[in-house]
Amino acid sequence: MDYMIRFTQVHETFRLAEIEALAVLEGIHLEVLSYSPSSPFCFVKLPSEDAARRLVKRSILAKAIYEVWGSGSNYLDLHDNVRGLSQHVWPLYKTCSFKFSVDSFQGSRSTTEQRKLIEEFRFLGFDGPIKMKGAEQDFCISEEFQFDAAALGVHQPQAVHLGRYLGGSEREIIGKYDLKKRKYICTTSMDAELALITANITLAAPGKLFYDPFVGSGSFPVACAHFGALAFGSDIDGRSIRGKGKGKPDLVANFIQYGLTNQFGDSFVADLTNTPLRAAKLFDGIVCDPPYGVREGLKVLGCRDPTKGKEPIFRDGKAHHTEESFIPPKKPYSFLAMLDDILDFATLSLVDGGRLSFWMPTSNDLDQEIQIPIHPCLQITSVCTQEFNRWSRRLITYRRIPDSEVVAGVAREQRTKETGVNADDLNPFRKGYFQGFKAAFSSGKLSTSLAALRPDYEVFD
Amino acid sequence: MKVLTLNFLTCAVKACKSSTASFPLHPKDCELVSDTIEANPALIYNILPRVDWAALMTTASELGFPTLPAQAPTKEELEADEKMMGELHTLLLETQISEGMLRCGNCGHEYRVKEGIANFLLPNHLV
Repeated sequence: MDYMIRFTQVHETFRLAEIEALAVLEGIHLEVLSYSPSSPFCFVKLPSEDAARRLVKRSILAKAIYEVWGSGSNYLDLHDNVRGLSQHVWPLYKTCSFKFSVDSFQGSRSTTEQRKLIEEFRFLGFDGPIKMKGAEQDFCISEEFQFDAAALGVHQPQAVHLGRYLGGSEREIIGKYDLKKRKYICTTSMDAELALITANITLAAPGKLFYDPFVGSGSFPVACAHFGALAFGSDIDGRSIRGKGKGKPDLVANFIQYGLTNQFGDSFVADLTNTPLRAAKLFDGIVCDPPYGVREGLKVLGCRDPTKGKEPIFRDGKAHHTEESFIPPKKPYSFLAMLDDILDFATLSLVDGGRLSFWMPTSNDLDQEIQIPIHPCLQITSVCTQEFNRWSRRLITYRRIPDSEVVAGVAREQRTKETGVNADDLNPFRKGYFQGFKAAFSSGKLSTSLAALRPDYEVFD
Repeated sequence: MKVLTLNFLTCAVKACKSSTASFPLHPKDCELVSDTIEANPALIYNILPRVDWAALMTTASELGFPTLPAQAPTKEELEADEKMMGELHTLLLETQISEGMLRCGNCGHEYRVKEGIANFLLPNHLV
């Protein structure tokens, strides 16, 4: 029999990427029979019922998985299909307690209507007691109405399915990790749902080592730790790791809040372009949301003026940089160059088969789109998009392929390192964002149409 | 900062990367603390191949821990030796440097550890 995944109808482009990653993690052969971004019902072939349960148990975007007893474009078809597909298993459920429910997507049914639909399945011949709570078997009638069915006065669904419930997902933990209830967050903290999805796509799991080089308040390490990984993080801004001072919450406070201290690896202050990590295959996963310069400027170590600061500075006979209060100078850096640096770093630091996921923004105008960076040692496994009004951000995931599989001779396009010194010159996305995207590439006329952007993205540092 | 993390870190100065003297970093005037962390054998097995054993021996002796065997134990040896497993768990995951300095054996630059967080940012003349 086939299986049906009941997805939520949010973050559509992330759904298959997450399920496919979970299939890899569980070592399950998954074949997608039908999937549509506009439908929450996805039909798949799986080796067993047990595999089906394991596939969705960690999922954030799936709600549940069902064994498919039948499908049809109307109830008459469905009843016939159920007779054809599942009659051989009916005797197995003849005497157990059971329950039926109706799941109407983009439509609704009154309890009377639901009861009528359910009673039409009398032909299954179940004699066991009906239990609304704690039934041994749970059957679900899934209806798909067309978009806007209610407004169009359409009362019949365009497709109906009958499924036997096998298992649920971990979707409810989004509430536990909700940023509103988190002890320590900053302006760039990643939404709990997306952080957990990212951890799933990157295959975070017990015994694995994960690293976020732009850790901020630790959204990704917390999500990876939730799935059992030992999570490390660093940031060029020590304040984000330390918090606002003694007694105030810091990055570790989040691990304490969620009871994840066993999964806390370490946090340290470092710049990815001058990383202290030794070049060795240390991590199973690298997850990050690099600063793209809108809320947080992208900076690395060094002086804006390349001629300055080549010698240590001495004050009263003491080298200034050895003093505790010393703050090293930083300079703006190109976002595109940073993406290349992340790929190079991941190539050196990931174990074979390890994954890199990062978020990058792009304009929704095709001519201003930022290209997805590539690397011969990193195979792109998925590209997911979260759309906003004028821009979108993508979650790009790569797999480190073993050196023996790297195709020799594929020259990597070397990005010319931008030489600009101010943040706008170095960062086309930032420039586009603040100039309302179109203007940045047309006449050069400045049109700061920030009001057109989502209000929650108007907070800048 | 955990001893495990110290085993992953070298000097941040690019010119030091090629020098064997830059790894491991040497703890100086360090205060140690110990956290209780749940035993996780699967994690230790996964970590061991990534640990530079010679560097771990150096660090262990510099921090005043008993001398480690000259060779990294295999998974089978660890499964049979609960005591060894416990000691490795304590050394790698539970022992932390809370305050002090980490010195590069090549360039001599010192990185400060404050409240358990090491700072690897470099002054401009070392970038």
